Amino acid sequence: MVFNFTTDNFEKEVLQSDVPVLVDFWATWCSPCLRVTPILEDLVKETGVLFKVGKLDVDAEYEIADQFDIMSIPTMVVFKNGKVHQSMIGVQSKATLKKMLEA
Amino acid sequence: MKKVIIIGYGPAGVTAALYLKRAGLHPLVIGKDLGALEGYDDLVENYYGFPEPVVGSKLIASGVQQAKNLGVDIITDSVISLKQNESGFTLTTTKDSFESETVLLATGKTRQTLNIPGFTKFRGKGISLCATCDGYFYRKKKLAIVGCGAYMEHELEYLNRISNDVTVFTHGNDLTCKIDNPVVSGKIIGFKGAEKITHIVTDDGEYPINGVFIALGIPSSIDFASQLGVVVEKNNIAVDENYQTNIEGLFAAGDIIGGKLQITKSVYDGMQAADAIYNYLKNESKKA
Repeated sequence: MVFNFTTDNFEKEVLQSDVPVLVDFWATWCSPCLRVTPILEDLVKETGVLFKVGKLDVDAEYEIADQFDIMSIPTMVVFKNGKVHQSMIGVQSKATLKKMLEA
Repeated sequence: MKKVIIIGYGPAGVTAALYLKRAGLHPLVIGKDLGALEGYDDLVENYYGFPEPVVGSKLIASGVQQAKNLGVDIITDSVISLKQNESGFTLTTTKDSFESETVLLATGKTRQTLNIPGFTKFRGKGISLCATCDGYFYRKKKLAIVGCGAYMEHELEYLNRISNDVTVFTHGNDLTCKIDNPVVSGKIIGFKGAEKITHIVTDDGEYPINGVFIALGIPSSIDFASQLGVVVEKNNIAVDENYQTNIEGLFAAGDIIGGKLQITKSVYDGMQAADAIYNYLKNESKKA
């Protein structure tokens, strides 16, 4: 499943996760962002429980977006062991996202 | 509502138009110039069927003429925005606006990039290529937009709604539209800041700024594609085996999808994309 990350669950689900986490920073008004969800769903189907994949709405959860200096969306950030491991701006393919998680 | 609009009249765009026309569709081709071969006065010696080498720009101009002779509608204009609507796409050019069920991006790869110190460093940290995607993060901030023509004007309209402090930087170019915002006409020589951008440096001074939006020249296919949410990888538009992007009805062919940057390959792409578009439209009409 594709998680919905919020200010309340970010610490537990992302920063304290045992597996690498992909966070898609997005917003409802950002038209390219709307193209990301089907790619994430495909990715989850393929990688199962190896990774955690989810979305964070920068409008609703602006504290988190601010904390990580998100100034362009969509931005894809991979967290490993509670730290930012890699990030990329723009819509990425499933293959690229998988590589980011595996790197 | 058109069935298909092709953006770009280089080898890929024109070939697609020829095949679609012959298949009974009436493609509209919108191009702004001859792409990579505009002003290409070198000889092409590796294209089939020419015993004597042919001047690149002439070969391409002949292709455009060939399509015109077959009755293909061809317009010379610059597309400044491409958006999705309920049943397809809306294209805005500097002079007009069109709707189409499908669009083929075949603009080639001539792309104006800003080779200015700090550009890459601050991309996403104060520099944005998409006002409607990133404007939100810069509400009521001190903004700059880099550009001088219709594309800039289009993006500026949006920025003026989110901030009342937007300065236009023409980067040494002549302004070709009428605007009320303050204008700096010096050439940009650098972007400065620490974590985030703080200043634009031009040859006539330094300007404090919180955000910079780039809308120079004419948007490339990559710009349209990114703003729509198309997967772009290594500056190539990603397509499937049917030359379709991850957006239904939006196709791409030629240099813009990568591979060999050769006329022969673009011609092949054009033919294949025409087939794919024809089949797509046939299936869509069955669904309806």
